[in-house]
This record gives sequence, structure tokens and C-alpha cells, in this order.
Amino acid sequence: MYAVDPRRTESAEWADVWLGIDVGSDVALSNTIAREIIHAGLTNDAFIAHSTSGYDAYAASVEDWTLERGEEVTGVPAETIRQLAHDYATAETAQLCWTLGITEHHTGTDNVISLINLALLTGHVGRYGSGLVPIRGQNNVQGGGDMGALPNKLPGFQDVTNDEHRGKFEAAWGVDVPSEPGWHVTEMFDAMERGDIKAMYVIGENPAQSEADTTRAIDLLDGLDFLVVQDIFLTKTAALADVVLPAAAGWAESDGTVTSSERRVQLMHKALDPPGEAKDDIEILCLLANEMGHNWDIPNSEQVWDELRSLSPMHAGMSYARLEEHGGLQWPCPDEDHPGTLFLHGWLWEDPMPREPAPFIAVEWAPPVDPLSEDFPVRLTTGRRLDGYNTGVQSGGYRSPLATGAVIDIDPLDGHRLGVTDGDTVRVVSRRGAIDVTARLRDGLRPGLAFMAIHWPDDGDVNTLTLDAWDPKSGTAEFKATAVRIETLVGVG
Amino acid sequence: MIETRIEPPKPLVTITVDGVEMTAPQGATILETCRDADIAVPTLCYLDTLEAFNACRACLVEVEGSRTLVPSCSREVTEGLVVETESERVVAARKMVYELLASSVDLSLVDGETAMFMERYDVDVDRFGTADRPVRAVKVEDDLYIRDYDKCIMCFRCVAACGPDAQNTFAIDVAGRGLKATIATEFDIVLPDSACVYCGNCIGVCPSGALMFKTEFDMRASGDWRPEDQTVSRTVCSFCGVGCNLELHVQDNRIVTVTSPMDHDVTSGHLCIKGRFGWSHVQPDDQ
Repeated sequence: MYAVDPRRTESAEWADVWLGIDVGSDVALSNTIAREIIHAGLTNDAFIAHSTSGYDAYAASVEDWTLERGEEVTGVPAETIRQLAHDYATAETAQLCWTLGITEHHTGTDNVISLINLALLTGHVGRYGSGLVPIRGQNNVQGGGDMGALPNKLPGFQDVTNDEHRGKFEAAWGVDVPSEPGWHVTEMFDAMERGDIKAMYVIGENPAQSEADTTRAIDLLDGLDFLVVQDIFLTKTAALADVVLPAAAGWAESDGTVTSSERRVQLMHKALDPPGEAKDDIEILCLLANEMGHNWDIPNSEQVWDELRSLSPMHAGMSYARLEEHGGLQWPCPDEDHPGTLFLHGWLWEDPMPREPAPFIAVEWAPPVDPLSEDFPVRLTTGRRLDGYNTGVQSGGYRSPLATGAVIDIDPLDGHRLGVTDGDTVRVVSRRGAIDVTARLRDGLRPGLAFMAIHWPDDGDVNTLTLDAWDPKSGTAEFKATAVRIETLVGVG
Repeated sequence: MIETRIEPPKPLVTITVDGVEMTAPQGATILETCRDADIAVPTLCYLDTLEAFNACRACLVEVEGSRTLVPSCSREVTEGLVVETESERVVAARKMVYELLASSVDLSLVDGETAMFMERYDVDVDRFGTADRPVRAVKVEDDLYIRDYDKCIMCFRCVAACGPDAQNTFAIDVAGRGLKATIATEFDIVLPDSACVYCGNCIGVCPSGALMFKTEFDMRASGDWRPEDQTVSRTVCSFCGVGCNLELHVQDNRIVTVTSPMDHDVTSGHLCIKGRFGWSHVQPDDQ
């Protein structure tokens, strides 16, 4: 096991080798690994010839990424990069697993593509035990996308711009479905700034604390003509709303399904009655539709699911009865005799190929948007801790003995240089804002690298520091790379 | 090409259990074979999801030709084996196991299966007196779970679950020797200072009530613990994308404990701190 992470996390401690990469140099590392695999003759030539396209242009694009250049940009010793490249390429099976450390960059999509290229070089995809594994951070990130909660998709990844796909939904629903893709959340905030969005209906999200550069986000939410928030709590976002619709907690107070990282659809059963006037999301949406002049019944979750199955071929075989019987099924599952699909890209190995070959896509490294400078010399990166969850709305309440509160972890050498000792209050300043939090001196970082978890925004909102520069392809902001300086507070703490 | 690895089938061997001939794959244990055939065999230290530890002797059976009784959890089947699961000798031995255990441990909260066997074998918990039962204060060091050493039967399940069989945290192990052996953190420091990551997988495997949710402990103390009024609903943990299944134990519209089904293949009953304990946000008076 190799762990690639700027911090020496607990997972990194478990790994055989840790690559303490500089924040935002992921494409540089991938491209260096690729060049080494190519130059060492370790590519899977039969797989490349049979299952991929664009290899020559890709190989040329990584040619400049010598081990030495890779070391210079990533901070990882050349020999360690070489070792990873050789072990990955020669392993019988190998997986690349990643999470937000790859995607929360302005180059997030390119970072992912650079990893896909490595799997295509070596044939570590579409086989038992090999693959590309994005690990999801919530129980239904996968399911949300599958259900069409994306600007350009209908349920089952059917495209809004595809007349046949859209026509099927229009026929079933008896309404016109917009044929133009909508906006993702980052674009929505830009649209609010331009005045193109004047009203917003937020369900189960807390953008007033979860968006990058929250000062701007709160200004824009506050400036809307009309804001509706549907949530299980009066979050910071809900506090800005004109109308709050109290909702039941999906995982404990309602029936339904969620889809995990491995595309496994699983049932959830209601265990508790929701408090007060809180209602199931399905009921709220249907009552709203009725107020708007429609005549929707209030279906139960299984009826909603069966409608989905009638419109989304990849879910068609997943009846509630089968989901119960099998403890969940993995899509695609096109009919009720289908066992579900253990891994997705087995088609790459079929002969003849049933689809177009998988393309190599050359990507070039670009440094983080927020540059380090004399005034902002420290790279702040954000993430989660074991016992916390997102903005802490759900995880802030239980009495975890591991809870840290809002703290900034800094390297002991930086602490020494700044005259900061463990437990001191420090002021962390970025080009967008400043917060006062407790400092902890922690091994596993390095001089010039600091870390804050995102779970305690009420005590020190790290997202007042982060930059909302975002990846034009995914819409994800660069939460992982903020330039800050750390100031000691004389007479405080 | 869809490649799925399937192990070659193992040859079957024929054995006789309680006078009935049956087959089992080579490498299976007597216990597994009995359970497949719905023959009840008591266990204390054994659990399907953990490596057999072979400590408790509750699962002893009689094997023809063997001088001693054998632990069914660890003895593999061999061709022609003849097994008696509840002979007079077996019953006498099991009864003795429970009675000796009861002389040094409080067995009042053992799991339902063990309680059933204790009744079936007419176990007298005071047969060997209670003088050797130590009386120690319950360790309450945080708000998540408690350790009641007077109920610990030293089955080692928690050590296995904390260590190589599930969590790989290795926060606890056996300390001391002989009668003074106990399960302890490193240097017996308090849990919040130890390597414990509060996954609670030790509670999930504890068969005797020695490890217990603080909620259950408090409700028992105040007389509010009513298992007969509790419902169990299965759902999926909301805190990440792994898809761990949760069983929410609910009393009076409040979650009182959380378990995870051992027979579900995502995590085989194991959870992390968030899934096991992170539910106070849906408790009516905690909100």
C-alpha cells in the first residue's frame, strides 16, 4: 500500500510507503509515474492496443516529466516515485483509491484524468481486484448523481440534451423538460452575483458554511429576494431564509434508498418519528407541487422508486423486495433476473470491443491558484477528522472523546519559528479573511504546511479563508490549497 | 471478459453427528457443520466474524475415539468422524464450564443464547460460591461506552475485534497473569488517552455485558431499560459512502443503541465512531 498525502495521516502510517506530496502537485506526480512506466517498458501493450486510444500523444505529453522534475515539483524523492511506478505497473492487481484530496482543486478533473491514464497504461481497470475507486464522503453522493441531481442529467445518467432520453421523461410526466443543462452550485453563486438568480430553494445543504469564501456566499444568499431552506436543523443557511421547511432525517426518520461508493443501492427503514412539524422530503415536495396547482398524490418511497425503475434502465431490476433480499444490489441491474454488476468497466477486456476504446487524455500540471508569498507563506489544506462530518451539523452534537474543536495543526518547526506553543490561540489570515483558533503542533506535517478540519465553523470558519476558484470542468472549489500566514496574538490565550 | 475469482470446490467429507450422517467441505469445523445442520452448540469466545480463539470450552463435543472432549469451534472435520453434541459427558462438562465461570464473573447479562443453555443445563451459578468474584468499580471514562470488568469472561473477542480481525487499532490486550489477567489499554491508561478510536466494535462482539453503551448503562441504572419495548430497524449510516448497515434499537422514539448486522457483507457487523455513536442529532431532547 502506498499513501499519497501532504499529511502523514493515520492511513499513511499504515501504508508501506508514504509520499508526502506538496499540495496541488497531483498531476505532476501522475505524469512522472507515467513516464517512468513507459521508459521502463512496463506498459501493458496488449491492453493499450486493444482497449485504448490516443496513446502516442499522451506518451509524448508526459515525456518532460523526468523523475528529477517530478521530485522538484512534488517534493517526493525521485527514487520513491520510481518505486511506486514500478510496483504499480508490475502488480498482479492494483487499485487507485482517492477522495477529495484529488478533486477539491481547481484542477480536480485533470487530477482524476491523470489517474485514469495510469490505469489505462497498465490495464489495472475492469478486472477483479483492479480498478479506479473514488471513495464517497456521504451515504448518497453516488445516488444523488444517479438520480439526476446534476445540471445536465436526468435519472440514470440520461442526458437532458438527448432528445430520445428527454422525450421518454416528457412522455411519462406529461410536461416539457428543459433541454439546456442547468447550473451547478458554484455557477449558481456567480449567477446570483450577476442578478440572474433571485430566488433559491436549498434542500439539505449548508452553503453558508460549506462554500469556499463563505463571506461572499453569505452576502449573496442574504441578497436574494427569496430563500427557502429545507433541512433537519436551523442551520446557518436556514437562519438566512425567508421560509424554512422542517424535514425528517433521511437515514433514521424516513424510508428510502441510498447508493454507496460501490454503486450498491441499499434500503433505509424508518426507525423514528420526526419531531414536531418535520415531514418526509417526499411529502414536502408533493405538498408544494399541489400548492402550485398540480394534483400529485403523496406516494410512498417504494412508489417513487418504482417510477424511477420504469425510466432508468440501470435501476430497472432493483425492486424493493430484491434490495431487501440481497442486502443491496450494484447497478447496472437492468432486469429482475440480473445479479447486479460487481465492477463497471469489464467491457474494456471484451473482444470485439462493444464501445469506443477508452481515450488517454493528456493533462498538464498547473499550480494552486492562491500563490504562496512573503505575506502568505503557509499552505493551509482542509479536510475531515475521524469523528467529524462536514460542517458539523450532524456530528457536532455527540460527545466524541476525540473531538478537537476548531484547531489549526501546524508543524512543530513552524511553531518554534513563530513562537507558538501547543494550545496557543493564533490568528490565521488569508487574502479573504482571518480567524482566531487554537494551534496544535503536530508531527506528520512539515514546515510551511498547516491543516484545519471543516467541522467546527461556529468556532472558527476555515471557509472564510478558502478561495472559491473552481475547476471549470467539475465546478468544485479549491478547498485544499489556501495561502495563509499565522500570527501570534500577544496577550491572548 | 468478466473475470471473477472462484476458489476450486473443496472435497466433501462424511461425518456422523448425533446419529445423523452429513457431509461437510474439507477444512470446515465441527461447529460450522453443526450450525449448517441447525444443531445448536453453545459458544462464548467464538464468533463467526472473528478468528476462533479456543478459550472458553463451552462448545465442547464428544468425538468417538478421542480421550478428551474437543472444542468444536476449532476441530476440523475428517472422514468418518462420529460426534455427539449433547452426550451426558458433554452436558456435565458444559455445566461445569458455566458454573466455574460464574464463581468468578457476574453472568447476569450474558447473551440470550448463553442464558438459554445455562437454563437447559440447570446451571447453579452459586455452586462454587461467589467468594472469588472480585468487585471492581465500573470504568466510566467518557460518554460513549463503559467497561464493567466484573462481567468480563475473558473471551478475547474484544481484543480480536480491536486488533487484527476488524479494526487493526490494537488499543487493548490482555494484561496480567492467571487470575489477575484482565483486558486493558496500554499501561491501563484511561480510554480517552489510549489508542482507542471509539469504533465500538468491542461492544458489538461482547457476549456478557462487560462492554456497554453509556446510554444502556445509564438507562439500566435508572430502571428505564426495557428491551421488550424496543424495536430494531435497519438503515444505512449517513456519514460516508461505505454503506455500513445500521440496526437502530429504539425505545420510546429514541435511539438507545446501534448495532450492525454480522451477516451483511459490507462490514460484517463492524462500524466506526460516527455510525456507532453519532446519532444524538436525531434525539428529540438533544436537538
